[in-house]
Amino acid sequence: MATTITKINQSAPQVLSANRVTLQQIGMSIGLAMLVLIPAFNVLFAPGHALHVSDYWVTLVGKVLCYAICALAIDLIWGFTGVLSLGHGLFFALGGYVMGMYLMRQIGRDGNYKSELPDFMVFLDWKSLPWYWSLSDSFVATLVLIVLVPGAVAFVFGYFAFRSRIKGVYFSIITQALTLGAMLLFFRNETGFGGNNGFTDFKRILGASITTQSTRVTLYLLTLFTLIICYFFSRKLIDAKFGRVLQAIRDADTRVMFSGYDPVRYRLAIWTISAVMCGIAGALYVPQVGIINPSEMSPSNSIEMAIWAAVGGRGTLIGPILGAFIVNGAKSWMTVSFPEYWLYVLGAMFVAVTLFLPAGVAGLIAKLQKRKGGAR
Amino acid sequence: MHFARLFLLLFWLQSAPQVCAAPEPKFYRAAAVGESDDRIIAINALAQEGSPQATEYLKALLDDRVKVTATQVIIVLNDDKAMDPVTQQAVAMPAAAEDVVNNNRIRGELDSAMAAFALSSGSDAERLKAAHALISDPDPTKLPQIEKALTKEVQEHIRAALSLAKASIQLSDADPSVRLQAARALAESRDAATKPLIAARLKQDGSAFVERDAIVRSALAASLRKIDDRLAWGQRFGAIFSGISLGSILLLAALGLAITYGLMGVINMAHGELIMIGAYATYLVQMGFRIYWPQGFDWYPIAAVPVAFCVAALVGAAMERAVIRFLYGRPLETLLATWGISLILMQTVRSLFGAQNVPVENPSWMSGGITIFSGTVLPYNRIVVLAFAVLVLALVTLLVQRTRLGLFVRGVTQNRGMASCMGINTARVDTYAFALGSGVAGLAGCALAQLGNVGPDLGQSYIVDSFMVVVLGGVGQLAGTVIAALGLGVLNKAIEGVAGAVLAKIAVLVFIIVFIQKRPQGLFALKGRSAEA
Repeated sequence: MATTITKINQSAPQVLSANRVTLQQIGMSIGLAMLVLIPAFNVLFAPGHALHVSDYWVTLVGKVLCYAICALAIDLIWGFTGVLSLGHGLFFALGGYVMGMYLMRQIGRDGNYKSELPDFMVFLDWKSLPWYWSLSDSFVATLVLIVLVPGAVAFVFGYFAFRSRIKGVYFSIITQALTLGAMLLFFRNETGFGGNNGFTDFKRILGASITTQSTRVTLYLLTLFTLIICYFFSRKLIDAKFGRVLQAIRDADTRVMFSGYDPVRYRLAIWTISAVMCGIAGALYVPQVGIINPSEMSPSNSIEMAIWAAVGGRGTLIGPILGAFIVNGAKSWMTVSFPEYWLYVLGAMFVAVTLFLPAGVAGLIAKLQKRKGGAR
Repeated sequence: MHFARLFLLLFWLQSAPQVCAAPEPKFYRAAAVGESDDRIIAINALAQEGSPQATEYLKALLDDRVKVTATQVIIVLNDDKAMDPVTQQAVAMPAAAEDVVNNNRIRGELDSAMAAFALSSGSDAERLKAAHALISDPDPTKLPQIEKALTKEVQEHIRAALSLAKASIQLSDADPSVRLQAARALAESRDAATKPLIAARLKQDGSAFVERDAIVRSALAASLRKIDDRLAWGQRFGAIFSGISLGSILLLAALGLAITYGLMGVINMAHGELIMIGAYATYLVQMGFRIYWPQGFDWYPIAAVPVAFCVAALVGAAMERAVIRFLYGRPLETLLATWGISLILMQTVRSLFGAQNVPVENPSWMSGGITIFSGTVLPYNRIVVLAFAVLVLALVTLLVQRTRLGLFVRGVTQNRGMASCMGINTARVDTYAFALGSGVAGLAGCALAQLGNVGPDLGQSYIVDSFMVVVLGGVGQLAGTVIAALGLGVLNKAIEGVAGAVLAKIAVLVFIIVFIQKRPQGLFALKGRSAEA
């Protein structure tokens, strides 16, 4: 039983030689150093100094760090378990909304209507908070809900989906339907989450003003820290027996079942973990960009997450993080410089990666190294 | 002043029968010159008179063919000829004649006066239309004409409309017993326009009701309930029709997908964009007709259908040759690659035609609709699309079941290796089948262009729905697709009637998610060996 799994595992592009690990480690260290230096340069050097990094960059890279967590989450469920989710935007947005509710309550009486209630509720002529807002005043409860809400939604959905053995494309499409349905629901004013406009105009978090440099840098570092934690957590998970079973399920789920494992439990567990990671990313994202609205749940956002993982290289852990930076870097640059052409490039990326780079950029680097090693 | 006018009006109402015989020249002038209020009184007096001269004069007034001088009022016949409206004698065109200017209020009065004339003269359709106009806009001065028309009217349905018009005027009669009778008569109404009239009488004006008599009030309430019941049936029928219509749209959108996904197993996320391309092809054909052959504009859909099919089929074939061919057997990768293609197609259309919606006009024979109950209209364009969907379905079924290509497609679907061994060029069959599915998507776009907006995002709104239909119907089953499309359409509209459009959509999505839990293979599961493929 165990031998079967090890055998399957060997065919996966996971096992790296000692030589490559060191190179990879060098690359990762440089990347990490750069990510740490960005906020450091923002704080240490005054605006106007040649080495100053503007607030815009801190927010942008902070945002991409959140996306990188999402890409990692997608990779766990798609790259390692073979289940493509087109609905992870929902979990991202749910985490974001939970955080947004807390931030909305922190506005206090400083809103446009000077009311105790959030502005949109005043606008809708609501007299009191709906019941599901009752925990939004407490930061601790918010932290718990950030994990619980996406986790619970994912668990319930996943339980029913995996139990009835919905697989492959069927699963992808119903996750897409799920996030589409949720988006339509959140667009409505009656739902109690601000309708079209969602939440914005945040003032402070934990008493500190949300626009100051120190808050910004703190959030950035927190996000970076979370990403690193998620990375090592995923690595532990994948290297453990649990991860090996996941990869076995990806490669031959019927055999895994016949070997006495229950794929439903494993799928459900990794699916929920992945959703929670996405939710945490969303919660970190909202205070940095200062807005959350239902368009985060649109199916195209979720499918874009999949392309981050695909471009970077699914089935590796560093790949999706790389992919999130490559795709979003290109996006930020192109939507400013050549807004007309960005969708062409994004579309071409989808096609090119699936046709020519099934292992993504990480796979490409590994291949080049191997060739180099062979020549030497 | 106002009271004086009202009094004058009442006076004329009383004395109208007496003047009826002899044309009263002074009204002809008063109807053309002076203050609006006075002119309206004169116009109404002429309308009451109902003589042929008066009719012709009011019509001329409405058509701006009346001129006045200091002493004369004349109807202009043509450039240099004129006629005296009272004597009907031709007169020379006076030099100092001025045009009569009618403001909107006067036009409204003239319109309703003409409607009153139409009550007694005119064709069946004109009389019915006039009666309906009077129901929604009750005017006490028209009561004598209505009663006169009622004595002469032979057509049963026009009589009914006239009675309703009479009743809606009598609702504000001074005599409670007349009001009671009117309230009861209105219970027979099939016209939504009577509802606000009754509701207005039932409203509270300060502390007292508008309708002071309690018995009349209860009769009014009862009538309102009866009308509501009757209208509800009309609405239900309308909801079923719009459900079937939505179903036919879903069917068209999903039929192509049933071929590419259902038969070939290719997840084509660019399917919606192929629909969009079909719609834009229709737009281009329409523009071409408008520029080069405007008199044949009504027949442009006949040219647009094959063009939309071919353009979408070519794009589809190109997609298959360039990308999808390499991804057979890797559905998740196909999904991502075709999503990328959809982004490219969308952006291409945006660059070529702009991000705004483009206008596609219905040909004249598709505009309008059949009115079945009052208030329930079945638009012709939806009926045409429904028929078109049936036609396309029949053709596709025929193609798949009866032709050589269909046989090849089914053969390749069931067992690729064996089909190849039998000498079938499977790669070519794949391309043909994919082109066929894409072409059908183009046809869907052609039909959608007749119903709604055409814009670069058109396809996005249909892609999830189409997949839902195919998945719900069961893969590889055209019959399942049909039933799923119609079922979803009717279900959606039925919930929409109760809970609104957005909640209906959410409910349908939840329904599908739950349904797939129960029957992962769809409504019609394939049985036997091919089921596990």
